Amino acid sequence: MRFVDEFRDPELGRALAAEVLSTVEPGRHYKLMEVCGGHTHAIYKYGLDDLLPANVELVHGPGCPVCVIPMGRVDDGIALARRPEVVFTCFGDMMRVPGADGTLLDAKAQGADVRMVYSPLDALRIAKEHPDREVVFFAIGFETTAPSTALTLKRARMEGVTNFSCVCNHVMILPPLRALLDSPDLRLDGFIGPGHVATVVGARPFEFIPAQYERPLVVAGFEPLDLLQAIAMILHQLDEGRCEVENQYTRVVPYEGNLRALEVMAEVFALRPHFEWRGLGFISDSALRLSDAYADFDAEQRFGVPGVRVADPKACQCGEVLKGVIKPWQCKVFGTACTPEHAIGTCMVSPEGACAAYYNYGRFARERAVV
Amino acid sequence: MAGSDVSEREERILSIIETARAKPARFKDDRITMAHGAGGKATQTLIEGLFVPAFASPELSALGDAGAVEVDGAELALTTDSFVVKPLRFPGGSIGELAVNGTVNDLAVSGARPLALTLSLVLEEGLPSETLRAEVEAIGAAAAAAGVHVVAGDTKVVERGHADGMYVCTTGLGRRDPRARLSPSGLRPGDRILVSGTIGEHGTAIMLARGELGLEADIVSDTRSLWPTVDAVLDAAGPDLRAMRDATRGGVASVLNELARASRVAMVVREADVPVSPEVAGAAELLGIDPLYVANEGRLVAFVAPEAAGAALHALQAVPGGEAAAEIGEVRTEPPGMVLVETAFGGRRVMDQLVGDPLPRIC
Repeated sequence: MRFVDEFRDPELGRALAAEVLSTVEPGRHYKLMEVCGGHTHAIYKYGLDDLLPANVELVHGPGCPVCVIPMGRVDDGIALARRPEVVFTCFGDMMRVPGADGTLLDAKAQGADVRMVYSPLDALRIAKEHPDREVVFFAIGFETTAPSTALTLKRARMEGVTNFSCVCNHVMILPPLRALLDSPDLRLDGFIGPGHVATVVGARPFEFIPAQYERPLVVAGFEPLDLLQAIAMILHQLDEGRCEVENQYTRVVPYEGNLRALEVMAEVFALRPHFEWRGLGFISDSALRLSDAYADFDAEQRFGVPGVRVADPKACQCGEVLKGVIKPWQCKVFGTACTPEHAIGTCMVSPEGACAAYYNYGRFARERAVV
Repeated sequence: MAGSDVSEREERILSIIETARAKPARFKDDRITMAHGAGGKATQTLIEGLFVPAFASPELSALGDAGAVEVDGAELALTTDSFVVKPLRFPGGSIGELAVNGTVNDLAVSGARPLALTLSLVLEEGLPSETLRAEVEAIGAAAAAAGVHVVAGDTKVVERGHADGMYVCTTGLGRRDPRARLSPSGLRPGDRILVSGTIGEHGTAIMLARGELGLEADIVSDTRSLWPTVDAVLDAAGPDLRAMRDATRGGVASVLNELARASRVAMVVREADVPVSPEVAGAAELLGIDPLYVANEGRLVAFVAPEAAGAALHALQAVPGGEAAAEIGEVRTEPPGMVLVETAFGGRRVMDQLVGDPLPRIC
């Protein structure tokens, strides 16, 4: 494939891996966090872990939108889906996320009209095709997907579609990163910055990480060579005693972000003062709701939802996994009570979740280069 | 990973998971979901946890694509399948053609030459006669191409809204080919894994034909009768051909996992050697789907003893439509029941069975 194969060239990959190997200091342990679930997925899919020296440890971060949805929000979604007048639409990986009383797939098997869509525009199309039904879109995602939800709502307003509404669960990546950096549990040496989020917000907002916390961050793409190059760039910074934000993903990420997308988001969304993150608890100013100007498209207001806070199952350690404090297989229920077929935690459900990635791709003893 | 105690714990967890994987499936779900029909783990649980124990039939318990029946010394093979594809027609084929080829292929990969078919139609009230006529013609043409006769049939009509236009059920009878010595549990370390051409065309064509994705690509279904392919590989490898499967729902990944479990062997697939057309690779990339899990309707996976692998591969490549056939990996000893992928970068990962249902109802 043009524009893809170039970033999967095994020869270049091996050269980058050799560069990483030559940069690390023997005897020093490097702990790097890949913030984004897409990176976690790519690392396992391409077996990139195998190429790194044993003293370079990759820690999975909180950047998987499905993983950070708390159970109470899933239950709110299911309550809406069960209303007879509602066609409930969501992305496929959301359908298997457990609430306190089953998943959206369970609700579908019990008669709820739950439909998988690939984009919010598909949900809007369903609303136009079924004017007699109420079509609800369960919006999730970081700054990556928020602009498409915002544009869809603008279009719904422009076209006068009144039977369409949205449950807004959009969250932002910077607040949990700050929370992680403030947490005493975890000592990280550097960050692989989330490429998709940065296409919208740019690389500049991450500058507080080197400035205030003295950790380098390199915004990276999602192809194997992107990730290897970003790791090499972080290690070079550490080796040279530098600490700054660098942009490996310049072919897609403008340093200042996508101003048009940010403008649309500012028009359609407003900050929620508090939002609960699965496993991470409440984080202030970390999520978006529909702005007052778009309140008539807010499904939570249109229908009312239970809005009950549900505690995570006691055995589930998604929070520690999301914070990178433990590895997936160190969770008490990993691979036993919690498997992709019968997941307890969201990290096991999402294809980008660290537990699912480890379970599906990585559960084979690895032989790694020794320094 | 740091520290030896950590590795020990990891090893223990991995061993618990693999033990759980190897245990017989138990069907405990409260309701049937789409995943039970998707060809992955939920389907396996349904078959092995409910059907097999209920019917207590040794022929069924072998879990082949067709059951063996012996009648007065004649070795026959019997199989049945239902087709519920939406849309009814798609680039490269239609439900009628699939219904013939799917059943004929289950016989062929069992090492049986297809002899006869039965046909059962469930029609939805309101179905245009023109649509029915087109499908009946497609069935006739596909049967003629596969060299089988439709020898019996049945028709039912259900109320509007109770079927997506039409469902087609076919049963196939075949005669075991004397050249074939196939067994899904007969794989041995060193055996080579071959695929009969590029993979993923059928599932991708169906997804795009639904028009829900707003994508367009020049991809047509691979639906075809596999008997000529099987005939050629049997000629080339004879008893060295250990097993075959057509890679329908769940794709090549599911076939490999099923046989790795059945033969208690490991498999290693070299990702770079798996033939995928640029169009399918591009669509799969956009949709976030791995072509190894996408359904095929005219591709088989063959397991061949190493000494016959070269001849078998040449035979596969010589069949029209099989030019891209390739050797994609081999059977190993450890870890039993597992399929591993070697990435182009030299990394390794596990390729497990499909869990959810990324492609609802495609065959």
